[in-house]
Amino acid sequence: MWGYVLRRLLATVPVMGVVVLVVFLILRLTPGDPAAVIAGDYASAADIARIRSQLGLDRPLLEQFLTWLAQVLRGDLGTSIFTNLPVTTLIAQRLEPTLLLALTTITFSVLVAVPLGTLAAWRAGGLLDRCVMLFSVAGFSVPVFVLGYLLIYLFAMGLQLLPVQGYRSPFTDGLGPFLRHIALPTLTLGTVFVALIARMTRATVMDVLHEDHVRTARAKGQHELRVMTRHVLRNAAVPIVTVIGLGVALLIGGVVVTESVYNIPGLGRLVLDAVLKRDYPIIQGLIILFSFVYILINLVIDLVYTLFDPRIRY
Amino acid sequence: MTVAPASFRSVLEVRGLTVRLPERADRRFAIEDVSFEVAAGEIVCVVGESGSGKSVTAYTVMGLLPRGLVPVAGEVLLEGANLLARPAAELRRLRGRRMAMIFQEPMTALNPVLTVGAQIEEVLEIHTTLNAAERRARVIAAMREVALPEPEQLYHAYPHQLSGGQRQRVMIAMALILEPALLVADEPTTALDVTTQAQILALIRDLQRRHGTAVLFITHDFGVVAEIADRVVVMQHGRVVEQGPVREILFRPRHPYTRMLIAAVPGLTPPERPPVSKPPALVVRGLSKVFEERGWFGIRRRVEALRSASFAVRHGETVGVVGESGSGKSTLARCIVRLLEPTSGEVEVAGHRFGAGTRRIDRRLRRDVQIVFQDPYRSLNPRRTVGQSIIEGPMNFGVPKAEALARARSLLRIVRMDPDCLDRYPHQFSGGQRQRLCIARALALEPKVLIADEAVSALDVSVQAQVLELLDEVKRRFDLALLFITHDLRVAATICDRILVMRQGEVVEEGPTREVFATPRHPYTRALLDAAPGKGVIFGAASSACG
Repeated sequence: MWGYVLRRLLATVPVMGVVVLVVFLILRLTPGDPAAVIAGDYASAADIARIRSQLGLDRPLLEQFLTWLAQVLRGDLGTSIFTNLPVTTLIAQRLEPTLLLALTTITFSVLVAVPLGTLAAWRAGGLLDRCVMLFSVAGFSVPVFVLGYLLIYLFAMGLQLLPVQGYRSPFTDGLGPFLRHIALPTLTLGTVFVALIARMTRATVMDVLHEDHVRTARAKGQHELRVMTRHVLRNAAVPIVTVIGLGVALLIGGVVVTESVYNIPGLGRLVLDAVLKRDYPIIQGLIILFSFVYILINLVIDLVYTLFDPRIRY
Repeated sequence: MTVAPASFRSVLEVRGLTVRLPERADRRFAIEDVSFEVAAGEIVCVVGESGSGKSVTAYTVMGLLPRGLVPVAGEVLLEGANLLARPAAELRRLRGRRMAMIFQEPMTALNPVLTVGAQIEEVLEIHTTLNAAERRARVIAAMREVALPEPEQLYHAYPHQLSGGQRQRVMIAMALILEPALLVADEPTTALDVTTQAQILALIRDLQRRHGTAVLFITHDFGVVAEIADRVVVMQHGRVVEQGPVREILFRPRHPYTRMLIAAVPGLTPPERPPVSKPPALVVRGLSKVFEERGWFGIRRRVEALRSASFAVRHGETVGVVGESGSGKSTLARCIVRLLEPTSGEVEVAGHRFGAGTRRIDRRLRRDVQIVFQDPYRSLNPRRTVGQSIIEGPMNFGVPKAEALARARSLLRIVRMDPDCLDRYPHQFSGGQRQRLCIARALALEPKVLIADEAVSALDVSVQAQVLELLDEVKRRFDLALLFITHDLRVAATICDRILVMRQGEVVEEGPTREVFATPRHPYTRALLDAAPGKGVIFGAASSACG
């Protein structure tokens, strides 16, 4: 098992290598002179030259790559062009809201979707099942920003239950304000996940319900609720966990929109700002970070399989 | 707890039970007016072919009918209480405590993600107030009683780490741990090898006697009936056609259906067969197959599935390959037709040699050797018509479509199917009909060698007899060499001229069928013959048809 973890971690090295190379080339393959783009419309030739040498763009491509690679390996993702702050510092400042939003979203989605999907499968074809499936289709189809403004209109402006925008840290402002502010973003971002996970849960649970060992459990006189939790859900866990893992990739896209709608100072906003201002070092740093997180999550998912299914051993 | 008064003779009494099928089914009732009793300490076998309603009867008793099937009339009395009138919660309290069930497939009937110990213990968790230590002790004791080795260690094992026989022992331990009054067994040995089957039957018999359990035993196999039953209930199309003591049913069956069922069971005494002296059509020389699982650092696991098999099958001869699961008989078949690449050795068909290691498979082999598989439900493409499936092979070898179709029509007549079947799809046929279609498909290529890999194992006995007869007939008609792979000694005795006995990838005995059955030389062959269920009863009234 630990040998497997080590091998998988080693295997991330070439993957990250490809990521780093692609990220490097993005900057160099941008049409036109990136220095000119960065310098803006009113820059003089001297300004552009200064930016060129600051970015190291006047040196050979290979040398540029190696220099940059050495920096990245030391944990130095470069310096933001506009704020002149190290990219790592900027990321660290923005990490907390995004991590917590991701956490509340995943928790909320799993807590809602798994029971919902299971119930739908248990009473397949019934009214509840059809409602869940209808919601699921709707959840997929409504764009995050539409849903976001809809929820704000309803809960913040109409019912005046929750704040419209903003973020409060649970560490400095307390848990209550944090939850009140994170509720709508979580609901917005979570809807598509609930739809996705509920669908997968329903399909998998329906398959497992037809398996012989479920009949055995009933033949023992086991209560239906315990049959579902102990026998059915554990057997359905692997595909469900897979979808949750894949969903994290979706989350990255969703975070950008959600944080903009609710004005949350997180990584998503950082991405947006950096893209709008063409702050290449930040974009590079964030892509590398997101890729690495994604690879790690996949490893964790693979390891979680072994918790649910003893037949999976590495 | 409901304690049965001593005056109750019957543990289970089924009276006039009728179960309705969902609308649009091919008949109205799954079972109709079924009545029988099971007394304490008695084993009652319910026998019938697929669709007879024997399983529905068992599931109705347990209250485990799938949605859509509804009991509409009659009573199911367990120790005097009518189960059909009880609320679900009370039935749940009875299941596992007063009545328990074991199933056909010991692999799928156990939860793959829980340890077997935990699964047995679950019964105690549901129905008793014992503490964890007491439960554990009871589980270990129950595992010991069903003769599971090293119960303390096996407690923590998962189902996939156990053999089929061990899994069925776990199921039995689970079912009997609370000493229920009634045990319902649904084909509990059908998925097991003969030697394992004999052990499990002996175990059920032994435990049932010791605890005085009433057993309702569902089976399709009259060999098993002869082995274990006290009384027999014969079912056909959802109705009980005959019931009585086992000797009565086996030796003086009154209903024609019972007579037909018993007559269709092949005998264990092979008929006299003259040796075949024609030239060999299939010669196998030193055929071996090694499976290797490669890890990061060299070979992790190495299984010799087939060890240097050598034999010949003559034109017009049927050679049987018998053995238990894992003996390598299917690997042998797959290596001959090159669905698997053999590791070494060669196959000679009609004078052409096909050695191991040639990457490109000679098309002549694909034409001259054909195979019929076990499961007729899965070996025909469900999205293609029967006609398309049959003519595909000949057309691949350049036969014009019109000619291939004409050939398909005549083949359908030979396998006794209506030639108009060509435009229909596989799901429109029964299992026996589909196996006929598979045979027609194989014959369409005019092969020299036909391999039947457990081709009749999934069929009901009456259908089995017909398909065996058909195989024998086409063998004569086309002068085929027939390699007949089976785990069933009775079937082998009926159809084979010669027999190969395989064990752990090796051919351990070979000879004319009569000789092997009368004077087996290898101890494994003797063990196989001893384990055949119902060997004390002479079956085989109908087997002369293929003689």
